[in-house]
Amino acid sequence: MNLDFSEDQHLLGDQLRRFLGDHCPAEAVRAIADGSKPYDRALYAGLADLGALGAAIPDRYGGAGLGQLELCIVAQELGRALAPAPVSSSIYLAANFLLLAGDEEQKMRLLPSLANGQTIGTLALVERAGAVYAGAIETVARGERISGTKLTVPDGHAADFAVVVARDAAHPGPDSCSLYLVDLEATGVVREPVQTIDPTRSYSRLTLEHAPAEALGARGQAWTYIEQVYDRAAVLLAFEQVGGAERTLEMARDYALERIAFGRPIGSFQALKHMMADMYVAATLARSNAYYGAWALSTGDDELPVAAATARLSASQAFLECAKNNIQVHGGMGFTWESPCHLYYRRANALSLSLGPHVFWQDLLIERLRARAAKSSTQEDRP
Amino acid sequence: MNFDDTASEAAFRRDVRAWIDANAPVHLAPELANASFGHSGVVSEDPIAASMAWQRKRAEAGYACLHWPKEYGGGGRGPIERVIWTQEEGIYVALSRLYNITHGMCGPTIMAWAGEEDRHRLLRPMATGETLWCQLFSEPAAGSDLAGLRTRAQPDGSGDWIVNGQKIWTSLAHHAAFGLLLARTDPSVPKHKGLTMFFLDMRSPGVEIRPIRQANGQVHFNEVYFTNVRIPDAQRLGAVGQGWEVSLTTLMNERLSIGSGMPTGFPELLAYCLEKSLVEDRAVRARLAEFAIRDSGLRFTAMRAMTALSRGGVPGPENSIGKLVAGRTMQELAMFALDLQGQAGLLTQPGEAEAAGRFQAMLMRSPGTRIEGGTDEILRNIIAERVLGLPGEFRVDKDVPFREIPTSGRAAANRHSGRGEPR
Repeated sequence: MNLDFSEDQHLLGDQLRRFLGDHCPAEAVRAIADGSKPYDRALYAGLADLGALGAAIPDRYGGAGLGQLELCIVAQELGRALAPAPVSSSIYLAANFLLLAGDEEQKMRLLPSLANGQTIGTLALVERAGAVYAGAIETVARGERISGTKLTVPDGHAADFAVVVARDAAHPGPDSCSLYLVDLEATGVVREPVQTIDPTRSYSRLTLEHAPAEALGARGQAWTYIEQVYDRAAVLLAFEQVGGAERTLEMARDYALERIAFGRPIGSFQALKHMMADMYVAATLARSNAYYGAWALSTGDDELPVAAATARLSASQAFLECAKNNIQVHGGMGFTWESPCHLYYRRANALSLSLGPHVFWQDLLIERLRARAAKSSTQEDRP
Repeated sequence: MNFDDTASEAAFRRDVRAWIDANAPVHLAPELANASFGHSGVVSEDPIAASMAWQRKRAEAGYACLHWPKEYGGGGRGPIERVIWTQEEGIYVALSRLYNITHGMCGPTIMAWAGEEDRHRLLRPMATGETLWCQLFSEPAAGSDLAGLRTRAQPDGSGDWIVNGQKIWTSLAHHAAFGLLLARTDPSVPKHKGLTMFFLDMRSPGVEIRPIRQANGQVHFNEVYFTNVRIPDAQRLGAVGQGWEVSLTTLMNERLSIGSGMPTGFPELLAYCLEKSLVEDRAVRARLAEFAIRDSGLRFTAMRAMTALSRGGVPGPENSIGKLVAGRTMQELAMFALDLQGQAGLLTQPGEAEAAGRFQAMLMRSPGTRIEGGTDEILRNIIAERVLGLPGEFRVDKDVPFREIPTSGRAAANRHSGRGEPR
């Protein structure tokens, strides 16, 4: 048994932390949050040069072919640094859709440029508030043309193409959706920036009017692919969230040691000590659950659905708790625009919404635990 | 990352499995399935004798105290083998729990602080299960503030020590052959500096044991009274005045043995909800998911600690997390389980209550879990101070000679006589 990263993987993490310290300081995050650029181009190119983007993309498709565990390390450091870069959209989502649903030609054409950062992909799924399911999709594809509106496309202004989920006129049915690749520079595609709670990342409203669309994967199978890609992305995002949770706990601890009130460091007050102990507990449970997810992701084990949902829920909860209480520990200072506290608070909330809400994953987890229990009991029944 | 055995671990697991299959008391299995806190579940025969018999068998085969050196009756194995044993022991682990305090806390203290001759004399009978030990630390006026204990040990001039005082919350005092005793030897110095550790024969004249009936109705702990109990100086562990340091060995091991792999009740709750088709309800799912991630987080945190241990790490204050999360989770989970049962949640008799009354038992036991072996509040202090590096509590009694520290009794007397609050 070994539930830890290897020494080499830890070294990769150290290397990335130094790189992000130099290339993604607080001012760089701030520049994206306060400015009009959708992401930090230089940072993204630097991550590509380090092989971070292609860590889990096989080398025959231009990746570094390291593995999922290395990508988990990358995610953790991006989360700590609050990196204003479209890695989750392009790598956790778009690349995984291509790997799972793409044909050989599509993979050869697109994956190398995702790995080297020349091209950025994203997922265009959500059309309205509430649960995401096939019945909530109105975008429709007829032949090689697609029309509809997507409400919040993450990194929409950074991306070159989107994996679009749409009804397929040739495959009608209440639960039937298919995937399409859509070039976001094509005619018939309109992108408008939308304001969100997390200005360190860009989101767009995407309007498609008879835009050219290329089929991706088996027809009518969109939800099968989404479920699989979401499980992978959930583990990776969990590492971003764990990185953010641990960073905000450190910020709170450092401030509590430095700030004096009533003649003593505020970190000596038990109310704050216990609050931070609880933040530590949440972050630790989340890290342990994320390791479970990383193991399942890297080995392709049957446990992945349970592990991904567990990692996801635990990490969302931890980052939300730590980011929220970090502001509390900082007091009034934490509520200023100048303080970075609110940027983490914003990111924590954005990440916990980004693959569907908490209740969606709670539902999934219990459904999957039930399936696992049923499976193990039928196995036991066998002679 | 993997959960796989190495070749040698796999071989060890095969041997253990085969040995358990051939030697376990299969006839007790149905009773062991009903194990609860502080009880192995064995009712058809003497439960203490059943545990002792299992321990003796383990020892004869070299499977007792796997992580102890062989010269002291242990297995001479590493922490991973210990985990493998527990995984394979399965339901029979309920028999081994009798020795948690003996092997998990008292043994390591003897190993670290006793002389070579005593180590040989005392550790082997612990490993074979022949002797049980108890821990005589807590007192009515010294719980979280353990260093404030008042049991006195005074030299009688002949080299022996004479002990007077009272201990409380002592598990297994009736069955223990020996006890580990922390006593005050010098009240004129600050409280941590005036303590000394001893071990004593529990059958010594002047030792009186009285059982305590707990809030959940069970009788698992005792009060132990000392009236002029004589302890030879040779049974002192560490120097006079070094008792606090010695006790930290015990307490660190207590945290590890209590904290690793703490049950939360989640598998039982999930099974109950599946059996009763309660998971269709979305509100039920949401609560279940909350418990699931804590249960899983604890399990994998313990595995991470094991990984660190197998790489040569030392168990540290971060292990406080286990009991802190498990105690709270079990209490909330039990309340939720009863709520699911509606008014039938009131029932406690195994034959009448849902799920054989296990959630009612958890409800009534869990308040104790949140207190014993370090309260939730002390554990949060430990995490805040020793893991996060936050300042320690202000201690008004730290540099004051012990005999001048205000006590609850003195504070009350001062109030009644109108003399104001103690300084």
